[in-house]
Formats: sequence, C-alpha cells, structure tokens
Amino acid sequence: MTTTTVSRDGLRETVRGILDDHGRDPGRLIPILQAVQEEYHYLPAPALTTVAAALGVPEARVYGVATFYAHFSLEPKGRHVIRVCDGTACHVRGSRDLLDALRAELSLGEAEQTTPDAMFTLETVSCIGACGLAPAMVVDDQIHGLLTPEAAVAILRDVRDGDEPGEEVPA
Amino acid sequence: MSNSQDVLIADLAELAREHRSLADTTTHRLVVCAGSGCIASGALAVHDALVAACRAAGLDVVVSLRREDEHAHRDGAVHVSGSGCQGFCQMGPLVAVEPDGTLYVKVTPGDAGEIVASLRDGTAVERLLYREPRHGQICRRRAEIPFYELQTRRVLAECGRIDPEDVREYIAHGGYAAAWSVWHETGPDEVCARIEAAGLRGRGGGGFPTGRKWRLTLDQPGDHKCVICNGDEGDPGAFMDRSVMEGNPHSVVEGMLIAAHAVGADRGVVYVRAEYPLAVRRMRRAARDAHELGLLGDDVMGTGRPFRLEVMEGAGAFVCGEETALMASIEGHRGMPRPKPPFPSERGLHGLPTVINNVETLAAVPLIVRDGVEEFRRLGTAGSPGTKTFALTGHVANTGLIEVPFGTTLREIVETIGGGVIDDDGRPDADGFKAVQIGGPSGGCLTAEHLDLPLDFDSLGEVGAMVGSGGLVVMNRTTCMVQVARFFMQFTQNESCGKCVLCREGTRQMLGLLDRVIAGEADAATLPLLQRTARAVATASLCGLGKTAPSPVLSTLHHFGDEYAAHVDERRCPAGRCKALAVPEIVAELCRGCTICARKCPVGAITGDKKQPHVIDPDACTRCGVCAEVCKFEAVVGL
Amino acid sequence: MSETPTMMVDGRAIPIAGQRNVLELCREAGIEIPSFCYHSDLSVFGACRLCLVEVEGHGVTTSCTLVPEPGLRIHTSTAEIRDMRKVGVELLLASHDMSCPTCPKGSHCKLQNLARRLGVREVPFPSATPHLPVDRSSDAIEINPNRCVLCGDCVRACQEISGTGVLDFAHRGNRATVSAAFGRSLAETECVGCGQCARVCPTGAIMPRSEVENVWRDLDDPRKTVVVQIAPAVRVAIGEAFGLAAGTVSTGQLTAALRRLGFDQVYDTAFAADLTVVEETEEFTRRLAHDERLPLLTSCCPAWVQCVERFHPGLIDNLSSCRSPQQMFGSLARRLLPERLESSPEDLVVVSIMPCTAKKTEARRPEFAGPEGPDVDHVLTTRELARMIDERGLVFDELAPEPMDLPMGFKTGAGLVFGATGGVTEAVLRHAGAVRSAGGELQGAGDPEPVRTLSVALGDRVLKLAVVHGLARARELMEEIEAGNPDGYDLVEVMACPGGCVGGAGQPPTTHPGACRARARGLAEADRSRQLHTSGANHLVRECYDELLETPGSEAAHDLLHTRYHRRPRPSDELAVVDGPAGA
Ligand SMILES: Cc1cc2nc3c(=O)[nH]c(=O)nc-3n(C[C@H](O)[C@H](O)[C@H](O)COP(=O)(O)O)c2cc1C
Ligand code: SF4
Ligand code: SF4
Ligand code: SF4
Ligand code: SF4
Ligand code: SF4
Ligand code: SF4
Ligand code: SF4
Ligand code: SF4
Ligand code: FES
Ligand code: FES
Ligand code: FES
Repeated sequence: MTTTTVSRDGLRETVRGILDDHGRDPGRLIPILQAVQEEYHYLPAPALTTVAAALGVPEARVYGVATFYAHFSLEPKGRHVIRVCDGTACHVRGSRDLLDALRAELSLGEAEQTTPDAMFTLETVSCIGACGLAPAMVVDDQIHGLLTPEAAVAILRDVRDGDEPGEEVPA
Repeated sequence: MSNSQDVLIADLAELAREHRSLADTTTHRLVVCAGSGCIASGALAVHDALVAACRAAGLDVVVSLRREDEHAHRDGAVHVSGSGCQGFCQMGPLVAVEPDGTLYVKVTPGDAGEIVASLRDGTAVERLLYREPRHGQICRRRAEIPFYELQTRRVLAECGRIDPEDVREYIAHGGYAAAWSVWHETGPDEVCARIEAAGLRGRGGGGFPTGRKWRLTLDQPGDHKCVICNGDEGDPGAFMDRSVMEGNPHSVVEGMLIAAHAVGADRGVVYVRAEYPLAVRRMRRAARDAHELGLLGDDVMGTGRPFRLEVMEGAGAFVCGEETALMASIEGHRGMPRPKPPFPSERGLHGLPTVINNVETLAAVPLIVRDGVEEFRRLGTAGSPGTKTFALTGHVANTGLIEVPFGTTLREIVETIGGGVIDDDGRPDADGFKAVQIGGPSGGCLTAEHLDLPLDFDSLGEVGAMVGSGGLVVMNRTTCMVQVARFFMQFTQNESCGKCVLCREGTRQMLGLLDRVIAGEADAATLPLLQRTARAVATASLCGLGKTAPSPVLSTLHHFGDEYAAHVDERRCPAGRCKALAVPEIVAELCRGCTICARKCPVGAITGDKKQPHVIDPDACTRCGVCAEVCKFEAVVGL
Repeated sequence: MSETPTMMVDGRAIPIAGQRNVLELCREAGIEIPSFCYHSDLSVFGACRLCLVEVEGHGVTTSCTLVPEPGLRIHTSTAEIRDMRKVGVELLLASHDMSCPTCPKGSHCKLQNLARRLGVREVPFPSATPHLPVDRSSDAIEINPNRCVLCGDCVRACQEISGTGVLDFAHRGNRATVSAAFGRSLAETECVGCGQCARVCPTGAIMPRSEVENVWRDLDDPRKTVVVQIAPAVRVAIGEAFGLAAGTVSTGQLTAALRRLGFDQVYDTAFAADLTVVEETEEFTRRLAHDERLPLLTSCCPAWVQCVERFHPGLIDNLSSCRSPQQMFGSLARRLLPERLESSPEDLVVVSIMPCTAKKTEARRPEFAGPEGPDVDHVLTTRELARMIDERGLVFDELAPEPMDLPMGFKTGAGLVFGATGGVTEAVLRHAGAVRSAGGELQGAGDPEPVRTLSVALGDRVLKLAVVHGLARARELMEEIEAGNPDGYDLVEVMACPGGCVGGAGQPPTTHPGACRARARGLAEADRSRQLHTSGANHLVRECYDELLETPGSEAAHDLLHTRYHRRPRPSDELAVVDGPAGA
C-alpha cells in the first residue's frame, strides 16, 4: 500500500475544521467521517484518533463505525475508483463479465482491489440505482450504463489516457 | 415580492400564479430528463446542445423559470429545463416537447438542431421517436408507448414534468397546498384518521398501515418527536425511491410536513443511501429551499410551530434500511438493529417517539390530502389501495421504473409494459418466461403459474411472496434458479450486520451449501440441511434482514425443487449455467468424424468411428475442455 | 388485596414479580433457558437467539427481550425451538476453535455446556473457524478471538461497567470481531485491567492471564522460600469452586491447602489492609486539617488508579498516596522476611492470591520493584488457585482448617471488610472514630447502590463521603468533581468491580445472581467473628511501626508504604488534541 504523506499538523488542522463545522457533536460522527474521507479519500488512522478525542468517544467506537460501513476505507484508494454494479439487474445482464474484463485489463488478482501504482481501485457495489441501464458502473462518480466488457475497458483506457503524466498521487 | 427568507405560505397562491404566467408566455418547453440514468447517457450535453441550437436558430431561451432569470425572459421564448427520471432510462436521454407531448428517445447532442427546427412547423423528428420493437409501430407521444400505456402515474406524475430543483414549479403545480391546509386547518387526529381511511400501506416492504403508525406516535406523550424518511433503498435492482427523490423531492418534504403535523414532530431526517449522490443533492436543495421559503423551520408556514428537516447521507450498509439500524446510524453508531419492542413510535431516534416511513409512502401522502381519500382509493384493491412503483429489470424488452395500480397482474407487467421476455442476446423470446424475483433479496420468486396473480400485499402474501421494495426481476429460461438463490444469499451474507448468530453464521453456511450444489459437490444431506438452516434463520433472526434472507432459497426450493434435485442427484444443471456441472456434447450434424477429439481426450471418454459422429461418455468425462478446443468444426458444445 | 399477576410458562402459572424479562422469570421458576448474550449486570442485547420461547398467538421470540405480562402463555421447549437452538449452537461451533480439553474455560464454558445440554453430537457444517492471533500483551487478561461467539457481553461490560470502552465490535457480517481500536493489542490501549470483560465472557475467549506455571516452578525450586498473601475476598469465594455455597468463609481450609501446595508461609493481605487504614486515615486527617486536595480518593483498587491516571489526570493528586494492601504487603515482606525466614533476598518469592486481574498489572508497576525485582513476584487469581488445588488433587472441603502464620497473618475485622464495596470507608471511619447516624452501615447490607453518599461527624466537622463501585459510575462522579465538586465530597471510595473485590474478575465464575452479595455477607460475618474491629487495635501492626515505620505518615512509612502516580499517555496525546467535546 502506498504510504501516506499527510502531515500531522495539516491533518490536525483540517480535521479540527471539520469537527467545528459539525459542532463537535458525537451524534454527527458519520457525517464527520464522511467529510474526512472526502478530504483524504480514505480515513487516516490519526484522523480517527483526533475525531475520537475531540468528540469524547472511545476510539474503539469510532473504529467500529469506520469498519462497519462499506463506504469508509481505512486504506488509501487508487486515484480513480471504478465501482462495477453487481446488483440484481446488472448481475442478470452480465456484470460479472465486466468485472472480469476490467480485472484482466488492470492485472488485478481476485483479492486485490487497488493497482500497485495506486492508479485504480476496482470495487463492486450492489446497485447504483441505474438499473434501467444495466449493466452499469461508476467511474469517479460518473455513471456509465448499458455496458459491454469491451465498452467498459474502453472507458477505463480513456480515463488512463486522460490523466496528465506526473500529477502527484494524492495521499 | 422580495427575495427575503420570510416569504410565508400565504403567498403560495401568488407564487404559483406568477410562475404559471411566466410559463404561459413561452411557446415550447423542452424537458430533458435529468435523472441519473439519462445523465449517465449524456443528458447534460443534450441539454446544453438544445440551448445552443435554440439560440443559433434565433429563438429566445429561458433556461429556467427561476426568479433570477426573470429579466431575461421575453414572450415567445423556448423553455429548456431538466426533469427527474421518467422511468424509461434504457431509452435515454429522453427529451419531451411540450405542449404537444412528443417524446424523443436516445437523443444525442447532434440531434439538437433538428429538434429545434421541428418546433417551428410542429412536426416531429421521426427517427428519434420510439419504435416498438415487436411490431415496428412508431409512437409519437409518451402515452402511446406500450411501456407507459398501462401505467398510472401518481406518485411519479410530476417526475418528468417539473424541474426538481425549482420549488416554485412544485408550488405552481399545486405543491405545499396540502401541507398548508393541514397545518392551518386540520387537527392531528383528523390527519391520522384521513390516512387511515385512505388505507395507505407502507411502501418500504412491510405494508404496515401508515395511519395506524402515525396514530401510535401521536398517542405517545412528549414535546419532541421525529419523522424519518427512509431513503436507504438498498434492494439491488430497485430505484423507485431514488427517482422520487431526484425527480420530485418536494413531494417527500411535503409528505414529511404532513406527517410531522399529524404526530406532533419538530424534527425530521431524510436518510438517503450514499450510492445516490444526485438524490442527496436534490433532497438537500429541496430542504434548503423549503426552509428559505418558511415552509420549514422554527415557524412553519406562519403557524408558530417548528419543524426542522435535515438530510443525512448513508455510508454504505444495506441493513441501515431497517428502521432501528437506520436510527442507530443517524445517531452515529454502527447500524446494528435492536430488538423490538420498543417500536420507534415509542422509543425512536434519540429515544423520542418517531415515525419512520418510506419515500414513496411519504410522497403519496400529499396526494391523499389534496385529492381526497376517495380518489386515492379509486385505484388499487380494497386491501391495497392506490398505486405502486416497481423497478422492472432483467430479461424483458423494456426495463425501467413503472407505476401501476395495485392489483395489476404480472402478465400485464411483463408482456405489455415490459414488452415481453427476451433471450440473452436481447431478442424477443415469447416462451422464454421462467420466473420473476419480487422484493429482491428479501423476496421470493413467482413462476408462470402466478402470471395472472394480482400484485397486491395480500395476494402476494398468500403465495409466500411479498411486494417488498418493488424490485421485479424477470428471468428467462436460461437462468439457473440455484444460482439466483446463491446470488441473493451472497448479497445478504455480505450485508448481514453480524450481530446475531443465525443470520451471521447461517447466511455464510447457506451460501456454502449452495456453492456445493453449484459445484456438484452436494450429497444427500445437503438440501435437507439447507432447508433446516433456512427455517431456523428465517424464524429466529433478530431483524428483517435475517428473517427474510432465506426467502429466495426457500422459495426457489419450493418452486424449482426439481432443478435443485437435478444438480444434486444427476450432477446436471438444467439451465446449463453451472460450469462445474456442464457436460460437453457433440452435435452429430456438425461432427465430421475426424477423430481428433477422441485421440486428445485425456480420459478416453470419446468414442466413434472415422467419418461418423462421435459421442462423449458423460460419466467418464472430466470436463477438461480439450475436445472443444481441438475440434475444428465447433461440434462440441455445452462447456 | 389484588392477586399477584401470573403468566403461563409451559402450562404452569408463574407469578410476575417485577422481573426484567421472561428469561429471568423462567429462571426463578426453575427453568434455565439457554442464553449467551444476556447478563443480569448489562443491558439487553438480543443477539445470540438462543433464549427463544414460543408465545401463543405471536410465534417465536427471544425471552431476554420479552417483558413479562399477565396472561402471556409461553412454551420454552417445543420441538421447533429445540431444533433452532441446536442449529444456532451448531453454527457457532462451525466457526469456533473447538479445543475444549486445553481451553482454560473448560467446564465453565457456556458454549460447551450448551452443546452438551442440547445434544449436539456433530457439527453438520464445514468449519469456518478463523485463525486470528491471540492477544497476550496485557498482564491482566488474554483474548483469543477464535473462541469468541460475538455475544457482546465484554463490549457492554467494558462500556457499561468499566466505562472505558476499550473493546467494541469492528467490521461486520461474518468478518465482525470484538476488538480494540485499529485491532491494537490490549497493551496499546487504555485498558485498565479490571477484567470485567473476562468476568462476563461466557466462553474462553477472554480469560485472566495465568501465572500458575511460574508459581509451580518456584514452589518446586528447593532454594526458594515462597510466601503467600491472601486477599480478603478470596476466602469467601474459593469454596464455590469446590461446590460450597457462595459466601462460605473458608480461611482455614485455604491456609491448609496453600501449605499442602508447598507455600512456606501463609499470610493475610488483611494485615496490610489494617496498615493501609492507619496510613490512609493519617493522610485523610492531615488533608482535612489543611483543607488540601479534597476529596481524598482511595487508591487500593489498581484498576481505579489506572483509570484516574489515564482519564482524570487532573485528579491524580487527590489519590491517596498509600500503596494498595497487596503492595504494602509486598514491600514489608521484602524488608522483614528475608531475615525472619532466613532466606536470601533473591530467593524470597512473594505470591498473592487475589480476586483480581488488575493486581497482576499492579505488581508489574516499576514503582513496586526493588533491586531484586518486583515486590510481589506472582499474582494468582482465586480461580487459578482453585485450579492448582485441583491439580494437586486436594479435596478442599475435607481439609482440616489451619491458622495463618504470624505476624503478617494477623488482622482485625476492619482489614477484612476491604473486600467489598464500602469496606475501606468503613475501616477508615472506625479508625478515625467518626460518628455515624443510624443506618450508616456501609458493609454487608443488601445490594449496594452504585453510588452511596453519607455524612458523618468527625470532631467538629461534618464530612461528606461517597462510596462508588463500577468505574463507569465513578467516572461520571469524577466529571462532577473536576467541574468543581459541587457536592463537596471529602472522601470518595472507588472500587472498579460491581460489589467491590468480591465481584472481581478473578473470582470463580458464577451463575448465581446473588453470589456477590453472599460473598459480602461472608466478609461481614468474618468481621464479626474477629475480636478486634479497628485497625489501630492490631498490635502486630503497631509492632511494625515500633520496629520499622516509626509513626503513621513518617518518612520511613512513606518510603515503604506510599507511592506516586503518573499521567498515562493516551493514543490521542500524540496529536495533542486538548480541546474536548463541545460544551465540556
Ligand atoms: C434489512 C432491511 C432493509 C430495509 N430497507 C428499507 C429501505 O431501503 N427503504 C425502506 O423504506 N424501508 C426499508 N426497510 C423497512 C423499514 O425497516 C421500515 O419498515 C420502513 O421504512 C417503514 O416505512 P413504511 O411503513 O412507509 O413502509 C427495510 C427493512 C429491513 C429489515
Ligand atoms: S438478522 Fe442479520 S442483519 Fe439483522 S441483526 Fe441479526 S445479524 Fe444483523
Ligand atoms: S473433433 Fe469435432 S469433428 Fe472431429 S470427431 Fe471430434 S467432434 Fe467430430
Ligand atoms: S471435456 Fe475433456 S474429458 Fe470430457 S470429453 Fe472432452 S476431452 Fe474428454
Ligand atoms: S470456549 Fe468453550 S467451547 Fe470453546 S474451546 Fe473453550 S471450552 Fe471449548
Ligand atoms: S469430551 Fe470427548 S473429545 Fe473431549 S476429551 Fe473427553 S472424550 Fe475426548
Ligand atoms: S479489562 Fe476492563 S478496561 Fe480492559 S478491556 Fe476488559 S473491561 Fe475493558
Ligand atoms: S469475547 Fe467473550 S464476551 Fe466478548 S463477545 Fe466474545 S464471547 Fe462474548
Ligand atoms: S475492585 Fe478489587 S477486584 Fe476489582 S479491580 Fe479493584 S482491586 Fe481488583
Ligand atoms: S442493479 Fe445495477 S444499477 Fe441497480
Ligand atoms: S433517468 Fe431519464 S428516464 Fe430514468
Ligand atoms: S440471551 Fe436472549 S438473545 Fe441472547
């Protein structure tokens, strides 16, 4: 996994800002974590510790919440997140084939989600509500529907080609 | 009127009138569907292209009827606006032309010029109209399309017509009048009584009478109560609630306002699933606009009574659709359900009496108040009045979001609205119907014998199925029902919160047992154990997730027991879908008798004379696939 | 008079008498419904789904979540229910590390017992047992997640009793575990070692750490002189491990057993408790005189001390500087015994028998170590001692009682009452000669409230005292005190465990709900049967002063009997987030 380059001080400032936006209300733990994740694209451990301390709740509870919800990630994700829908509608219309094709294109093993160059994270999601366009996938919040494996791979290649070289990988 | 925050509801009529007069002066309106589906297919580019084309053609364009554009408006302009999902996403991007009602499908930005040109002479761009695939008939207006023909859109009526981001447009279409009348003129008790009389039942799956739920909450003592809108819609393959929240968010806000008055609530939360960013945005915007107009807040519509509304985004857990888990999640905890009683009406959010209703349930409420109980009951059945939205997906020609009166039959839905069953390559397959999974991972399957069953809470209950959330997945004959059961079991075991033993461990073991069936490793003990486990999980789990997780298994076992038996006893998958059970066959007509396969087969399972069709001994064959690989004539099939 | 309302259980009318749920009602009616996740000290969780009953007209539900209502008709053991329970246990076993013969929980394990009771003969499901690492980082307890049934009892104990919230659920579905934040080992957390999680754990997943093997090694080493001290609460509980009723005072048998095991001298921690009383009373009256750092917080419970050090560092100076009785004993033993027992200092081994897991951690504190190593070498829990007695093959209740060795086996009743909540305060008040109003009885009464307050007259002053057991409740009180001590307390006694040390995590596991109360009554009885009841009357303690300690509070006494406390780093310190929650 890529190591994080988040600076402690910067992180503390950012997280404090988020905490203040939410009135340091322990009942707003989930929106707070969402805001942290929005900022860093994952939940850095020191951020969770800061949140726990500032809200006056045990760290174990914050960790328990962070690991409960599928949207939270304690690991940094790739620069681009591809989420292939494997909901019912997409499944019956061949989402597994999309997934296999993308996995092959990215040379990802069965258990791997993120490419070694931290460029792509490939996940499944059960339904994005675009069932009328099954099979569908989401690439960086953009929905693509009525896909074939070839079309999915083509989209992935476009995204890869569209990246400017040398851009820094966000921590 | 000023743009200040204290615009009160007394001005509602004024707002509506003003908005209508603006609308009346435009000659045409181009409504581009801006639901998630059509946006995914490029609707935003189409919208921009239409605006540009209008300008290029020298037409005045009103991009929005909102206040800030007022000065830009002149008589005879064309109004280009967005709308919520119109249900036919598969054909998107959709563009409707008002007032004549022409509907264009699969529109691309390149089509914009032609569409705009056609406005002048009132013709239609024929190649963009919907063509019914079976008969080739061309449909100009929405109502002519078979997909829409049998539908009765009530809850979804305004989705697809109004701009969901414009509160004034909702008001112009009669919005918030129901809430206003209730808050000003009707006592809570009377509101509950009306909803009870309408017979509205919860659309979130359980079908619990909404009026009774409200009354239970009303009867609780306390100055602070809550109303929660359950927009978690986790059933994979269903997107009704999303469409309502994206397409007509104010109808949900208004339903919550009415509920709040009925039970005496001062706080409301809309909990929207995280996979629906657009719905989150539109609900947030709707709540903000309604606060700004004084429809919500500390002094609701000038009554001096408060109702504040917030929108919370979920964080990815299906179980949070369960009401107690949802409340735990709002409170910042793991979404683990707790035992009931106490019910939310007694001890809900933060221990306060709480009403929790589904999006669609709440969206139906203003209609009942506005049009009356009679009108609501006019559609549907006695036990299940009104209409229900379904997400129709799977192997049918037309997939999408539909709304039909309760009591519509499965046949009407599959054949007329859905345009019939299709095969795996999308071609019509008139005899291909095998089953419909209704209610998603909590539901069961309906088979050909149920095609004429009226879909309503009670009839479905009688055959062991449920309306559930409203997912309808049509499956054709190439579907393996064991795999269907496995798919849903995989889903529930993934989504189990892990709190209680039967669900946590039971779903895992049931999944393992199904895998054995699919892998051809099952023995005589497998199916009885699967059934025994399923029953225990269904009876003894803590929450609805666990209690319904075995439904797909039990229902496929019931209706397709022989298919399971074939997998176990004969090591055969009747649908030919389970790879491990596939046995290759040589198609005699294609085989030239070249003998290559017989020579290459590592276990000598192939016999045949030279120049004669060869045969595979299924008992000896190890499914290695060599024969299919070496055969130059593609005579080996089934691997 | 109206009749007692009843409900029907398996066809019998059972009176409803304010029971919390149908499970308790059935237990009182002599029907033991299987359960994992229900514990009478904790909130109801409803997760194990074993306590199923059938309610006529309503189907199957869990009895721990069912409130008794007149007219309810339930069945506790239909064929369907029995099979579902069996499925539940089979499912649990399929993902369980079934190593019963070597599991420390052994025959006390609820899972093992249930499997037997329900007639589970085989596990029909393929094994899904995880292979997670065992956490042995803490001196107090060890966690083997492969034996966890996720009943959540420990999570609730850690939150609701200990108030630390070190343990919680993590992940979800069948990946769910009970774990500390970030899966840290316990040593890296804010765990105070109270062991309440281990006390409530129905399986062998959380167990007190065992030091039995180390003790055998020293006992078997002929060069070593091994002395042992027994904490007050041990003598009223150890009998339970051998079938005696809770609260039976078995001091004599215990002494005999320890001698048979090979201990050279058998002493009493209550002797040191008498010493503690003398020192603590001196400290208290001195602080009162100077109105300095009040309230005085007791310091004989090491879990509580750690709790202050970690969570209430601002109150560290309020803690009594007295060492706990265990450690007073330890330092005195190191000073006095080598000479008396003609042992070289390196060969003297000091063992304690404690009801407690936190004492294991306490004995490892660097403050309590001299050049030869720790003052107390090994701390055994009551359960561990019972195991040694079993292993040695002694028939406990048939042993002839024996007296303890002098001088450190001599104690007053005041030293004994330390073992239950209120005991320390009681002993201090007796020694200080405070005047109590009627009903000021602190010890041996019924089920004590989590917080008891009382006013007593000492000289011309009226003192306000609070007696708390359970850390969660103590922490709430500390928050009040940090906010200015509005109730004006002068002395606060805190014991981490419910009921005090009688309810310690090292005591024999019990299913008997009144066990703690019975043990406390046993201590009160032991107090009554002593001739002396105030610590100051212990002439052997006085001798100690004459020989070694000079006067209470002297420099010599401070050297041996007092200590200092330290703020403990918290995981968040590194981030230096000092501003707390809104409004705090
Ligand atoms: C596992 C599970 C998931 C659920 N998901 C939803 C959901 O996504 N949306 C919903 O409205 N209700 C859902 N429900 C039902 C809710 O618990 C609740 O009954 C419903 O929101 C009540 O609203 P209604 O009376 O308007 O139907 C779910 C229930 C369970 C057990
Ligand atoms: S049934 Fe499943 S989802 Fe519901 S509480 Fe139990 S484990 Fe959680
Ligand atoms: S290789 Fe093909 S054509 Fe040749 S014998 Fe075999 S099946 Fe027939
Ligand atoms: S699949 Fe392999 S084993 Fe079976 S017939 Fe073909 S070559 Fe032989
Ligand atoms: S916890 Fe219980 S069932 Fe598990 S190994 Fe230990 S004694 Fe056996
Ligand atoms: S209980 Fe059975 S398996 Fe266990 S040690 Fe005894 S005989 Fe062996
Ligand atoms: S020993 Fe006490 S503080 Fe530590 S984990 Fe267990 S209950 Fe919590
Ligand atoms: S460790 Fe013990 S008490 Fe905690 S959840 Fe597991 S089995 Fe229950
Ligand atoms: S109350 Fe007693 S047994 Fe419990 S932790 Fe404190 S000293 Fe140990
Ligand atoms: S199932 Fe894929 S979008 Fe709904
Ligand atoms: S999003 Fe346009 S029809 Fe559904
Ligand atoms: S004891 Fe009732 S569910 Fe566990």
